[in-house]
Amino acid sequence: MTDPDGHSAPKGLLLVGGTSDIGRAVAATYAARGWTVTLAARDAEGAERNADDIRTRSGAHQVAVQHLDILDTGSFEGFLDGLDTLPDTVVCVVGMLGDQSRAQEDTDHATTVMRTNFEGPALLLEMVAARFAARGHGLIVGVSSVAGDRGRASNYVYGAAKAGFTAYLSGLRNRLGKTDVHVATVKPGFVRTSMTADMDLIGPLTAEPDAVADRIAALETRPSDVVYVLGIWRLIMFIIRAIPETIFKKLSL
Amino acid sequence: MKDLSGWGRYPRLSGPLGTARDMGPAATATATMPGVTARGLGRSYGDAAIGRDNTIDATGLNRMQSFDPQTGILAVEAGVPLADIIATFLPQGYFPCAVPGTRFVTVGGMIASDVHGKNQHIHGTFGDHVAWLMLALPDGRVMRCSPHEHADLFKATIGGMGLTGTILSAGFRLKQVETGWIRQTTHVARNLSEAVTLLSQTANATYTVAWIDVLARGASLGRSLILEGEHATADDLPWGDVKFPPSTNGRLAVPMDMPGWLLNGMTVRAFNELYYRTGARKAGQTTTVPWDSYFFPLDGIAHWNRIYGRRGFVQHQCVIPMAQAEGVVSDILERISSHGAGSFLAVLKRLAPGSGLMSFPMEGLTLALDMPFSDGLMPLLAEIDALVVAADGRLYLAKDATQSRDTFAAGYLNLDLFRQLRNDIGATGRMASKLSERLGL
Ligand SMILES: Cc1cc2nc3c(=O)[nH]c(=O)nc-3n(C[C@H](O)[C@H](O)[C@H](O)COP(=O)(O)OP(=O)(O)OC[C@H]3O[C@@H](n4cnc5c(N)ncnc54)[C@H](O)[C@@H]3O)c2cc1C
Repeated sequence: MTDPDGHSAPKGLLLVGGTSDIGRAVAATYAARGWTVTLAARDAEGAERNADDIRTRSGAHQVAVQHLDILDTGSFEGFLDGLDTLPDTVVCVVGMLGDQSRAQEDTDHATTVMRTNFEGPALLLEMVAARFAARGHGLIVGVSSVAGDRGRASNYVYGAAKAGFTAYLSGLRNRLGKTDVHVATVKPGFVRTSMTADMDLIGPLTAEPDAVADRIAALETRPSDVVYVLGIWRLIMFIIRAIPETIFKKLSL
Repeated sequence: MKDLSGWGRYPRLSGPLGTARDMGPAATATATMPGVTARGLGRSYGDAAIGRDNTIDATGLNRMQSFDPQTGILAVEAGVPLADIIATFLPQGYFPCAVPGTRFVTVGGMIASDVHGKNQHIHGTFGDHVAWLMLALPDGRVMRCSPHEHADLFKATIGGMGLTGTILSAGFRLKQVETGWIRQTTHVARNLSEAVTLLSQTANATYTVAWIDVLARGASLGRSLILEGEHATADDLPWGDVKFPPSTNGRLAVPMDMPGWLLNGMTVRAFNELYYRTGARKAGQTTTVPWDSYFFPLDGIAHWNRIYGRRGFVQHQCVIPMAQAEGVVSDILERISSHGAGSFLAVLKRLAPGSGLMSFPMEGLTLALDMPFSDGLMPLLAEIDALVVAADGRLYLAKDATQSRDTFAAGYLNLDLFRQLRNDIGATGRMASKLSERLGL
């Protein structure tokens, strides 16, 4: 994109999930590279706190905040139409771990976990894809999870929703495979965030939010389809998927 | 339960630690939890950052808020690390007005300890550059404090060791610098009186500090290297040097506790000897060194506190009023030297008065030394503390793990005012750390 004076206008990022730790890191990374960043979040005040931080650290002032509730699917159309310009890249990091045992008994809780991790992000990115396809280019990054690679007793409600999201992204990528709209699926593995603050994470398997952000930003120059932030997770999940179901069901994983 | 020991890892203490991820929850925790104090990056050496019953981890308050290049005032949440501030603003030509010897400290910790740097004798402490702070009080209120708003609370919070409330955010001044380099001049002092003279003669320099060989005895007692520093201008740099070098240190680490025998009189003596001789060769010379190795030499080695072994160590830092300073420091050095296994490098520096009610600095000389924990240590420290008290000096609370209530009360003359203010805001018994309990605050 070049303006009449020959300056290229800054590229735009829409970051969905602007209060998450990964989202904060992604937004900061793009802002530092001179991108215009819009943080979309349900908690606009929390996103504004991150926006101030990014503005102060990067000296960049093109950081905006938009209210968006991922469960309010009816608002998506208006939300996208209301943006000043269609972004070049959309990164969706929305996620909710929930509580597995609660989800087994409390249908409302299970529904929220499923809708937050699958329905909302999938429907939103579908609309983004349509707009990108009409324009002719764009990058869509969906942050899914290794938990979606196989259902496990300890978190299958979350895992199933992420599995759905992973499959959705795969299908979307397949549909747009012959266009200049690229769809990437990012599976971070363990990440040190407030979502995992109470867990005992294994050091070598755990990424910092900044590392996730760097991998995502690297997609701008080197597109890739499915990204495991730490390569070791590709191997781990390969092994976990390879265990026959008759054995898997007896394991407590 | 989390290990909450300070940097010296003496005393070893643990307790519940809750992370405050935003200012609202930090204020609520302050108002509702009994026996609570905030904790930053835990770089105080003793028991200051350990709540009596509960500890608030303030490192989740890590957002910067705004920077105004007109005034140089940076506003940040209290858990923002100094390392982030330098990494962000030095490349733009700004540097904090005061920095301690490590950059892995938080803004809240720097204010609560009212930290001093190598320029304290002319530019004051960190607290002197704070324009305002937001303080969460034990009664649930959040107050903006500054030299003009709730000035008494402001003065008590600067250097108040987290005992007046939880600092949520603050605005403070950065100064402009042309480069990230320091022009360092080394002077050699063959004994303590030369060191004291040189510290006075270099008092017009922006930065000045003496590294003392604590184990030297007799005629060499107190032999030191005096390091004088100025911010280098762009013209000072050799052609081709980057104006703002990125941080180079941080690649080495001490992987585990070193065995206790490693640091005996002999190895420490050898190290001091080597350091002194290497420095002496540079006598009178000026070299240009990058900011990180000048201000934060120890940050180059992660977990360096493990070098003192499992029993940990004590850092002892006193300040002695000028009139008696030389005599008392000499007396302290003699006792340590004859005690044997002492400190790696010790630091001697001139201080000017601090501005907080409980600030450590006063007009005089400060001596800081590390001593590995051993059975004979407590009696030695008690002897030294008696010398400090007799000379109307005091000990730095951010380093302290051992002083008695009497030593504390003798040194901090505003103690009654501080106690009164804590009473007035309902902090007595509510905002409490292991340090405040030990010292009877
Ligand atoms: C290698 C090294 C070199 C040092 N050099 C110097 C030096 O040159 N000059 C100097 O002055 N100091 C020096 N120090 C001491 C250090 O600067 C102070 O101990 C500082 O307070 C540590 O900051 P922190 O964030 O780690 O705070 P912590 O150690 O976690 O806490 C220190 C105190 O601050 C309080 N506190 C922390 N956060 C808050 C908050 N948000 N609200 C209210 N209270 C809070 C705590 O309750 C505690 O009383 C050095 C320390 C080390 C390890």
